Amino acid sequence: VIPAPFDYIAAESTTHALDLLDSFGDDAKLLAGGHSLLPMMKLRLATPAVLIDIGRLSQLIGIRADGDELVIGAATPHAAVATSDLVRADAPLLAHSAAQVGDPQIRHRGTIGGSLAHADPAADLPMALVALGGRVDLLGQGGSRSVAADDFFTGYFETSLEPGELIATVRVPRQPGASWGYQKFVRRANDWAIVGAAAINGRIALANMGPTPLRARAAEQALADGASAAEAAELAAEGTEPGEDLHADRDYRRHLARVLTRRALEHRA
Amino acid sequence: MQVEITVNGQQRSDDVEPRLLLVHYLREVCGLRAANVGCDTTSCGACTVLMKGADEGGTGRGVGGGGTSVKSCTVLTVQANGQQVTTAEGLAMKGASEGGMGRGEAGGGELHPVQAAFRQEHGLQCGFCTPGMVMAAVSLLSENPDPTEAEVREGLEGNFCRCTGYHNIVRAVLAAASSGHGAAKQQRAEVGA
Repeated sequence: VIPAPFDYIAAESTTHALDLLDSFGDDAKLLAGGHSLLPMMKLRLATPAVLIDIGRLSQLIGIRADGDELVIGAATPHAAVATSDLVRADAPLLAHSAAQVGDPQIRHRGTIGGSLAHADPAADLPMALVALGGRVDLLGQGGSRSVAADDFFTGYFETSLEPGELIATVRVPRQPGASWGYQKFVRRANDWAIVGAAAINGRIALANMGPTPLRARAAEQALADGASAAEAAELAAEGTEPGEDLHADRDYRRHLARVLTRRALEHRA
Repeated sequence: MQVEITVNGQQRSDDVEPRLLLVHYLREVCGLRAANVGCDTTSCGACTVLMKGADEGGTGRGVGGGGTSVKSCTVLTVQANGQQVTTAEGLAMKGASEGGMGRGEAGGGELHPVQAAFRQEHGLQCGFCTPGMVMAAVSLLSENPDPTEAEVREGLEGNFCRCTGYHNIVRAVLAAASSGHGAAKQQRAEVGA
């Protein structure tokens, strides 16, 4: 299957990319690794007239420590995040999550910023960012702003990115030695989560239990009040309205959320 | 759009439509038919090739050798502009140096150790997945030269085989690893690229 025709422009800098976004408006899409966008274009679910390639901008690639945060360029591929010594030491939940995305080939191409901007509620990195309490730094013509993970995901495949903005960097707190857990239930290799759960430092995030990655707040509150992992996990599906599909109905997803949360709280990778 | 791509060590310049997928470029423009179109949805891995940037930019980690595995059904040819691409045809050393169109022994080249191991261990049945499987294995071994069986199975997660049940494929990759493929691969990649 072949995408509809489009024009392709390799941006020379983030400023150039923002100028191009400004002049083409809704007709343009940003391209980095293309592993969410190109499949949609091949199915003609997306038919942008212009692709602005930011995937090879060195400004957007790389991982560094900045005080008590790790700063990851938006076009950094999953494989680089997964194997970075810095990420493994200071944000092991993020390294592990990046290593769970798709398969090796997908991790060589797909990028952290692309995955977050695509905002699939079943995906690994949106859930990880919410669990970690990370944030994204957005660049636009009007300057930059930083949005907390809890506020970034606004709906099914929707974020608080405004037209004309791009994700420049992703920030997560440095938590060396923090205990964490990550659980993803799939039926097939390299599939999206039917339900996922990630837990670190009393925060719990769920994947595919609603239109966005969600905090399991009732379970978090129970933990804060001294409940055991098993007791808290019983509350993991409180307030969720997960969708239904051929893989799982609503009750089964809620069951999975409780089971996976318990396992994540027991700090099982 | 004009693209400059080094395919199996041979520099090319081609005028392509931006929407041309890399796998179609390799098959139809370059005439290299090793990379197959299987699922066409980034799942099956039959179209796996190696890609490496001049600067190692977009493709990641600067691992040595011929680059990292990518699914060429989900890469635009224009995204490979300025980069090196290696297909299974380019793995066989002599074939590659004699013009990039070599096809293993049939083309007069010597099989790459991973190819040889697939033949030795009979890591194939119908053969459709094999070029992609071999390229994924080459990439896996360049990142992890001495993998455990579990690491091989996980490392080939992006490649489907509907014939073999995978056992001989896994054996082939382990055999290639223990034959010291790492060093040999480096040498070949330099010849090929």
